[in-house]
Amino acid sequence: MSPSPPPLVTRSLGKRFRREWGLRDLTLTIPRGAIVGLAGPNGAGKSTLLALATGLLAPTEGAISLLGRDPLRDPGVLSEVGYVAQGAPLYRSFSIADTIEFARRTNAHWDDESVVELLTRIDPRTKVGSLSEGERARLALGLVLGKRPQLVLLDEPFANIDPLAGRELLQLLMDGVAETGATVVIASHVVADIERVCDHIVLLGEGSVRLEGNVEELLEAHRLMTGPRRPLGAIRGVREIVRERHSGRQLTLLAVVDGPIVDPSWTVERISLEELLLAYMVPERMPAPRRPDEVPLRWHG
Amino acid sequence: MTLLERYDPAVIQFHLDPSSGVATYLQIVQQVKEALRLGTIDVGDQLPTVREVVADLAINPNTVAKAYRDLEREGLVVARQGRGTFIASTLAPASLRHHEELRAELERWIVSALAAGLDEESVRALISATLRESLARSAA
Repeated sequence: MSPSPPPLVTRSLGKRFRREWGLRDLTLTIPRGAIVGLAGPNGAGKSTLLALATGLLAPTEGAISLLGRDPLRDPGVLSEVGYVAQGAPLYRSFSIADTIEFARRTNAHWDDESVVELLTRIDPRTKVGSLSEGERARLALGLVLGKRPQLVLLDEPFANIDPLAGRELLQLLMDGVAETGATVVIASHVVADIERVCDHIVLLGEGSVRLEGNVEELLEAHRLMTGPRRPLGAIRGVREIVRERHSGRQLTLLAVVDGPIVDPSWTVERISLEELLLAYMVPERMPAPRRPDEVPLRWHG
Repeated sequence: MTLLERYDPAVIQFHLDPSSGVATYLQIVQQVKEALRLGTIDVGDQLPTVREVVADLAINPNTVAKAYRDLEREGLVVARQGRGTFIASTLAPASLRHHEELRAELERWIVSALAAGLDEESVRALISATLRESLARSAA
C-alpha cells in the first residue's frame, strides 16, 4: 500500500506584502482526516495561508503542496479541494437552482445530497442575494461538499451568522466529513466556534506558528498549577513553564508536564482548549509600570 | 439518508457538556456505560450510527468512531460491517433489582434534607463526601 500524500504540507513558507511579511517560515503538515482549527487573532496570517493553499496567492519563499501537488503549477488539484472564502461569496443575481446547476456542470464529480436539505426549506427560485447570511453560508458549504472534495478549506465560516445557523453549518460540515472522510481546515479567530469539532490545532500569531498539534495530546501535556508564591527551581513532573503569573502570595503556572506533580502544595488542573490557545496567543508581558502623573480613566455618564 | 431523518431517541441520545472538561469521546463512552449500568439499554440494542450522532450533535465523526472503538475494545459493543454497532454485554449488576427500593430510600432522605434547609449544592456535597468516606472505610 503506497501512503497517500498528506492533504496539506508547507515548507519554510513565506508571503510578503510590500514590506510586511504576512507569513514567515511556516513549516507544517496537516494529517489526513484531521479536522483542523486554524486559530489566531485577526492579521495572524490565517487567510493568507488559505489563499496560498488555493493558489490565489504565490509564495514569496518556501513551498506549499496540496495532496502532494503544487496548487500554482498544477491547478487541477483544486478539483479535489473545496474552498469557501470569507463571507461565502456567491453570484447574488443567480437563483439557488441556477447556482446548483452551475456547480453540477462545472464539477467532474457532483453529488446533490449536501444541498438537498437546504432545498426542503427554501424555494430554489430564491435569488442568492436575498438569502440570510446563514442560508448563504449553508448553500456555499453545500456546493463545496457536493464536489466530494478530499480537502475542505473554510475561512471564518461563522463570522456574521447567529449561533443557531452556526450549529446547522457545523452539522452539515460534520455530516459531509462522516460521509467522505475529507480533511478540513477551519480558520476562525473565535475558539469557541471550532472547539467542538477540531482534533488538530494550528495557532498562528504574527505570521508564524505559535502552537500546533493534536488537541487531545496538547491538553494532556499541559497543566495549570496554583500554589503559594516561591522562588522557582526545577519542579518534579514539569518539563517546561509556558507562563508564570503572580498575584499577591499566589503563583499560577501554565506548564508542560512529563509526569505527575507529586509536590502536594500545588493544585493541579487541566486546561480548556480556549484557555490554552489564549495563553500561547499572548506573548508573556510584564504589566506596564504606571507613570506617576497618570490619571485613572473616569466614566463620564 | 438526510439530516432530517434522526435516529430513534428511545434507545440512547447522547448529550454533551462542553464545560465539563471531559473529552467528548469519553462523555459518549460514559453515557453508554451509565445506560448499561442502569439497564436502560441492553444486549442486542443498536447504538445510533456515527453519522446519526454527528448530525445530531455537530461533532467530529472521528470522535464518535473513537468512542465506539473504545467500547468495542472493552467488549461492550460489537460493530457489524454495514449494519451498525450493537450492545454485546451489559454492565447492569445482578443487584439491579434492588435499585428501585434503594432509590425510594434515597428520595426520602433527599426530601428530609431539603426540609432541613439544605440547598442542592449542600445536598450534592454531603452525598459525595459521605460516599467518599464510606468507600475509603470499606476499602481499609
